[in-house]
Amino acid sequence: MSKNGNNSHGYRGVGLEVLDRHGVGVWSDVEIESSRGSFRGLILPRSETADDRHIVLKLISGYNVGIGAETITKITEHGRREAHYKIPEKEFPRDDAKPNIVLFGTGGTIASRLDYRTGAVIPAFSPGELYGSVPELADICNLETEKLFGVFSENMAREQYLTLAERIGQAIADGYDGVVIGHGTDTMHHTAAVLTFMIQNPPIPIVMVGSQRSSDRPSSDAAINLINAVKAAAEGDIAEVQVCMFGPTSDEYCLLHRGTRVRKMHSSYRSTFRTIGDVPLAMIDPKRITHLRQDYKRRRQDREVKIVPTFDDRVTILYYYPGMRPDLVDAIVEKGYRGVVIAGTGLGHVNKPLYKAMGRACEAGVHVYMTVQTLWGYVQMYVYETGRELMELGIVPAANMLPEAAYMKLCWALGQSDDRDEVKRLMLTPVGDEITLREPYNGYLVYQGEIPEVQEFIRSIRR
Amino acid sequence: MSLPFKPFDQMTAEDYAAIDLKVGLEVHQQLLTERKLFCRCPAGRYSNEYDAEILRHMRPTLSELGEYDGTALMEKKTRKNIYYRIHHATVCTYEFDDTPPFMINPEALDKALGIGLLLNLNIVGELHVARKQYLDGSIPTGFQRTGILGVDGWIPFGDRKIRIRQLSIEEDACREVSDVGHERVYLTDRLGMPLIETVTEPDMRTPQEAAAVGQLLRLLVRSTGQVRTGYGAGRQDVNVSVRGGTRVEIKGTPQIWRNPRLIYNEARRQCSLLHIRDQLRERGVTPESFEARSEDVTKLVADTEYAPIREALGEGAVVRCVLLKGFGAFLREPTQEHTTFAKEFSDRVRVIACLTKLPNMVHSDAPSESLAGPIWTALRRKLRASHGDALVLVWGSEADTASACNEVIIRAREATEGIPSDTRQALKDGTNGFERVLPGADRMYPDTDLPPLEITQSRLDGIEAELPELVWGRMQRYRESGLPEEAVWALCVSRRQAELFDRIMAESPLSPRFVAIMLVQRMKALRRAGLAVDSLSTDEICGVFRAFAEGRLAREGVLHLLTHLARGVDAENEAADGAERVERTLAELGIAPLDDAELKARLDQKLAELDAGSFATPAKMCRYVIGQMQRDCVGRVSGQRVARLVHDQLNVPLEKSPVETKA
Repeated sequence: MSKNGNNSHGYRGVGLEVLDRHGVGVWSDVEIESSRGSFRGLILPRSETADDRHIVLKLISGYNVGIGAETITKITEHGRREAHYKIPEKEFPRDDAKPNIVLFGTGGTIASRLDYRTGAVIPAFSPGELYGSVPELADICNLETEKLFGVFSENMAREQYLTLAERIGQAIADGYDGVVIGHGTDTMHHTAAVLTFMIQNPPIPIVMVGSQRSSDRPSSDAAINLINAVKAAAEGDIAEVQVCMFGPTSDEYCLLHRGTRVRKMHSSYRSTFRTIGDVPLAMIDPKRITHLRQDYKRRRQDREVKIVPTFDDRVTILYYYPGMRPDLVDAIVEKGYRGVVIAGTGLGHVNKPLYKAMGRACEAGVHVYMTVQTLWGYVQMYVYETGRELMELGIVPAANMLPEAAYMKLCWALGQSDDRDEVKRLMLTPVGDEITLREPYNGYLVYQGEIPEVQEFIRSIRR
Repeated sequence: MSLPFKPFDQMTAEDYAAIDLKVGLEVHQQLLTERKLFCRCPAGRYSNEYDAEILRHMRPTLSELGEYDGTALMEKKTRKNIYYRIHHATVCTYEFDDTPPFMINPEALDKALGIGLLLNLNIVGELHVARKQYLDGSIPTGFQRTGILGVDGWIPFGDRKIRIRQLSIEEDACREVSDVGHERVYLTDRLGMPLIETVTEPDMRTPQEAAAVGQLLRLLVRSTGQVRTGYGAGRQDVNVSVRGGTRVEIKGTPQIWRNPRLIYNEARRQCSLLHIRDQLRERGVTPESFEARSEDVTKLVADTEYAPIREALGEGAVVRCVLLKGFGAFLREPTQEHTTFAKEFSDRVRVIACLTKLPNMVHSDAPSESLAGPIWTALRRKLRASHGDALVLVWGSEADTASACNEVIIRAREATEGIPSDTRQALKDGTNGFERVLPGADRMYPDTDLPPLEITQSRLDGIEAELPELVWGRMQRYRESGLPEEAVWALCVSRRQAELFDRIMAESPLSPRFVAIMLVQRMKALRRAGLAVDSLSTDEICGVFRAFAEGRLAREGVLHLLTHLARGVDAENEAADGAERVERTLAELGIAPLDDAELKARLDQKLAELDAGSFATPAKMCRYVIGQMQRDCVGRVSGQRVARLVHDQLNVPLEKSPVETKA
């Protein structure tokens, strides 16, 4: 008799066979005899990606261990203890004097707790659950939440962008004082850029937030990021699409970054988001918002906003590398792509053998824009002869637009027009500083370790 | 249980049996590896220097929050700022939680598994790394990565077995630099070093037994040669409980000899706390009837002469007074040596409310030491305290004193129930103080950053083949060969020493006692004299003993030759063949043993050079000649033989000579 029925909790092959043979299953409290000795504990579910030759046991000490299924000679069941876990919910207090904020969930976990028995992460999302885990939020606002999708950030795409833009437009019309969007960090800057293009001239802050360390860890940045994001949405004056994430790796403050100029720059640091080629909008901590620039769009009381929910995803980024072959460009055209954003070398270059293929692409009506893979700095295609030749072929320099921002913008523009000049007008008319007129002197700061003045800085300033 | 407790020195095994003392050990031992456990930073490099500092806070995750409401979390804002000092040579982005873990260090894992086999453990089929939460900031992630390697083992102890509950492999924590007020500072060099933790069952019945088992476990791990030695490389925690008590963990000292007194004091504390609870019940104070409250009394104490409060008031502090209904007189009840029940409160106030400047509270059970009588009277009136009640005063910032009052009340409520489950810190005087609340199994959860790792049978077989002889067997063998107990331990504590001894004994038919004394005592003396004896290869040391066994070296020459070899250790010589170097040095020194004829010839020559008349007495001449002869024949003949020969020759009775006692 199988106790495992249809749900084998990740067990299969030898492991499942051994469980079945001994008439036990997940949540059985067992004593296992094996060629390595005996073990007492609770059988836990097994990860789908792990091998099929081990049984996971939670010992009384709270530790998990794996027992080789083939070494098992006997299993005695002492009972069953099934885990059911639910986040303690507490009603989010309402205070009419406080601003009303809506939090949209896209699938990344802003707050979560772990089921200590299975290790499964249970997301906290309803206002009650969030209040249970981040009660400070109630000091700031009245919070409502809506889960829009359940996708990892790398799976965000056209459909999600359109829905998000429309829902935000609705929230503005509904009179909310601010919008917060919980988002996985990997593609947060893509979404931030496209929302900037789709939601033009919003009257309220639209703040994207995520976490680099999951909220089940005491060192998590999730709660602080969320508190600061909600504060920026509720009390902040910046009525733009912005990203709120850790500033330094120290627990000091978050930075508010403009949606088109922000980029994830480290695979794991909590201070991974940086404003590129410019300075951030503001520093924010639970006590104050410190504006770093004055040229932002102010919060307004009206509800006027222009939502432009257009997106054609037949666009690609071509990250140039030495020796790139022209057939790649031909293949892009052949497959029906309508737009290409090149991340070129230096000031915006690709090799000579690509020229003809690029010419064919432009000829075929593909919209080709040049950005730089250096990330910092402007495209400048007049400096060298090669740049001029490329422009003659029809490649348009995209100034200092970040490659990802240019990609999102071209998708957005091609959703509106196929006219070469109109697309070019859309592309080169900045909506939210994706192209800036000037690069501030302190817009490019990448410190190098071990240089005495840098050492002095990180030693004394705690960043 | 009989109170008052006997002094430490007078406690017998029967006394401990009467209170049903149970002691378990948690032995932490750093493994000797090149790198850390979950990243590639070098292990074992310590420095107080640092290049950078970062600031973090520890936020309780939801499981802890279960017990807190929003207001309580607001109080949690009195939490610590934790500063980590970082030296670029010893720390990378992993340690301060900005990079996910790398795969576990296989070198560390193999060494730990070897020790697991020696502890007779059931080794797991698969290692699952868990996160064990620590909110004190000693690990920047807020948890320690740790995994169980085996369970249910044992070690022999006298004629019984001490059961080993489990062995885990884990990363070491930060070193604390300071902890004052709301700021705690850590050094991160030790963070992430591979560590094993051996947990015994509570099988020890006396403090002395616990120390003996502690020594044995230390010996076992050190006998493998796979662990670090030196201060702090091995640390022992003790778990103590008495009948009716609770398991309390005392974070250990690196010195096992301190443990018995710690255990005694903890046993005594638990008995005292149970006694206090019983007396409270007699007065009708139970968890249900418990009553306490606090009020701001800053104005009432404004004119106090008591310096700590007066100074705090000068800095703008507020003073709050807690009324503990029915607690009168208990706060002066002794709990440990030189320690009263009041310290239980003071500790909590210090650790949790961050009022770290001592004294941080005063109470009405020791009124004369602090405030004047009329102030106490006024406080009693204000708090509506009756005779049997106790008052506790705390002072500091508004938030901290509120938190302190809360802690005092929490601790008092616990007193009506018995003994709180604490983790306690060992203090130098053998008593212990509160460190944190003992966390339960709930703080363990799987590390989602790392996959399970199979421990294959072939890996275990390979490790087993390389294991040293079991230390118990080795000890038994040494005892049977007549070695004194100190020598047995001294040899067994080091794998190199023991294996060297065994090789010498196998190669050369020498007295075990002689070899052991040479290796343990004489070599130690050379080491203390600054000689590089540890750089000598086993080939060299064995070569010396072989030369002696073959009669090519006098007994006295052994140390002489070792000294010369140790002096000559340098890069060039280290590369040379050991045995060859011994022969060469032996030849250079020219210290072949002298037989009787050669010795006689040398003495005759010496006497011929001397004018006997220039000595006042024959005995004086005798002493002079012996001195000269010993200098000429150093390392080639025993002092005794020289003396006997000279005495015979000069016809001076031997027993009168002081030379006999020399050498």
